[in-house]
Amino acid sequence: MSARLLPYWRLLVAGVHEQSTYRLAMLGGLVANATFGFLKVAMLFATVRAAGGELRGYDIGSMSAYVWVSQGLLGSVNVAGTSDFADRIKTGDVAVDFSRPISPQGAVVAREVGKAVAALGPRGLPSIAIGALVVGMSMPTTPWPYLLGVVSLVIGVVLSAALVYALATAGFWLIETRGIQVLYMVISGFFTGLFVPISLFPGWLSAIATATPFPSMMMYPIDVLTGRVSLTRSLVLLGIQAAWLVATLVVGALLTRAGRRTLEVQGG
Amino acid sequence: MSEPIIATDGLTREFVRRTRSGKLLRDKTVVRAVDDLTISVEAGESVGYIGANGAGKSTTIKMLVGILVPTRGTVRTCGLDPLAQRRRLAHEVGVVFGQRSQLWWDLPVRESFSILAAIHRIAPGRAREREAELVGRLEMGDYLDTPVRQLSLGQRMRAELAAALLHTPRLVILDEPTIGLDVLSKQRLRDFLIEERREHGTTLLLTTHDMGDIERLCDRVLVVDHGRLAYQGSLDGLARTVGAQRVLVVDLVAATPDLTDLPDVVHLGSEGHGLRQRLAFDAERTTAARVLTEVSNRVAVRDLSVEEPDIEDVVRRIYQSQR
Repeated sequence: MSARLLPYWRLLVAGVHEQSTYRLAMLGGLVANATFGFLKVAMLFATVRAAGGELRGYDIGSMSAYVWVSQGLLGSVNVAGTSDFADRIKTGDVAVDFSRPISPQGAVVAREVGKAVAALGPRGLPSIAIGALVVGMSMPTTPWPYLLGVVSLVIGVVLSAALVYALATAGFWLIETRGIQVLYMVISGFFTGLFVPISLFPGWLSAIATATPFPSMMMYPIDVLTGRVSLTRSLVLLGIQAAWLVATLVVGALLTRAGRRTLEVQGG
Repeated sequence: MSEPIIATDGLTREFVRRTRSGKLLRDKTVVRAVDDLTISVEAGESVGYIGANGAGKSTTIKMLVGILVPTRGTVRTCGLDPLAQRRRLAHEVGVVFGQRSQLWWDLPVRESFSILAAIHRIAPGRAREREAELVGRLEMGDYLDTPVRQLSLGQRMRAELAAALLHTPRLVILDEPTIGLDVLSKQRLRDFLIEERREHGTTLLLTTHDMGDIERLCDRVLVVDHGRLAYQGSLDGLARTVGAQRVLVVDLVAATPDLTDLPDVVHLGSEGHGLRQRLAFDAERTTAARVLTEVSNRVAVRDLSVEEPDIEDVVRRIYQSQR
């Protein structure tokens, strides 16, 4: 690995270790995930059945796959918009981040991705297992959805970390960012496709959703992984995801540079 | 290498304070945290940077390492422009912010060191060697595997210091490193810094409220007040100013009327009907021993202590004497 990237890789590993120290919290997260998973199952299965067993390409089996994969991603995709970095700007601890010979953006994103990866094991896989065992779900039988799905998932997770970082940089100007964080949470809940698959939205709403980076964080990885979309469509989705990732990282870097000019760290 | 390791010229930083007045309107006031500061520190020096709370010490330090952007004036650190060359500078400087942690809270101390070694791109062999050196000197061996959040303050401050020094920086900036530490922990930290400077010739810039830190560690002091440089010079010069107001506290065997008429002594106050009396004296004109003799001639002394004035008091006096 290039020497320039080594610090960020090390921070990613540190993120994995950090996340792994809170096992009980992860178990709590899993219980919450599963509970809401059954709620989603009840509502969305009823919707599919009311539509005559098939709704916009979803049958019971594929809807189940959507529910349990989306619940499984909840520990790894940051839908809440909260971040350590926002707190660090607010408290002035960001001074420490700026005293290191690395990019604060790279450091924050690497660490968050590490945490997300660490959550996939204990929160993601059990959630999918619960769904498969208790409710049953249909998953692809060919290898490529899994291969592309993993790539799509990784981009989604990194994009989520990069987007929440960019959100947190608002703190350079606002100090307290809870207002926009709550706004982010409300919007991302819908537009990532966490509550309901985006293809069930009315046309105009789905058009708005697909014009944002949110579906790239969760909906597209689910579509690719569960084999809901064709190989070609999967590759297109990966391209869209990659474009959003690059754009988000660039915006985050620009905001960091601009924010540094206005940064005020007082009191120690 | 004749360029100073730290050089500022007319360095100024203003903060805009917005205070609410009425429902929507906000008043703006400009607070000048650092005001036209021109200082210079040579490589290898050990300099105390002192001043009261809010005097602008931390703001200066943050401009020195490129965290804050100056409003006016110039600053060069290690021959670099801290803003434009922040990352290069970070390899040359080690900073400890006494109030903030640079360690990973949930991870063992050892892992924080390993992460920092990667961040500074220290070769693994060199990193191991340096870590062993720091762990030995700061006596951290028995808590290397403990998560940072479980450390005592004294243990954590030693780990913070090691973290800042892991990449063997040329310039070490310590912002109140001994804050909240007990006497023994302070002593240990100071001894370590003295040894570190002897071995590596490290330049040290230190802010503190502790006179002991300054006396043990610094050849020269800069005093800042309301963002302006109020004094710079030798420790002796500062000590003379400081010496002007040492206080001898005597515990007497019997209640005694206030000792107000001792030569060269100002009686500050008494407790317990004169069982304990506080006497201020000018170290230029008399000595603690002479004052004690004077007191002993009148009444038997049971116990005594000499109080060193705190930094805030010193700063106030220096500042007043300049007006």
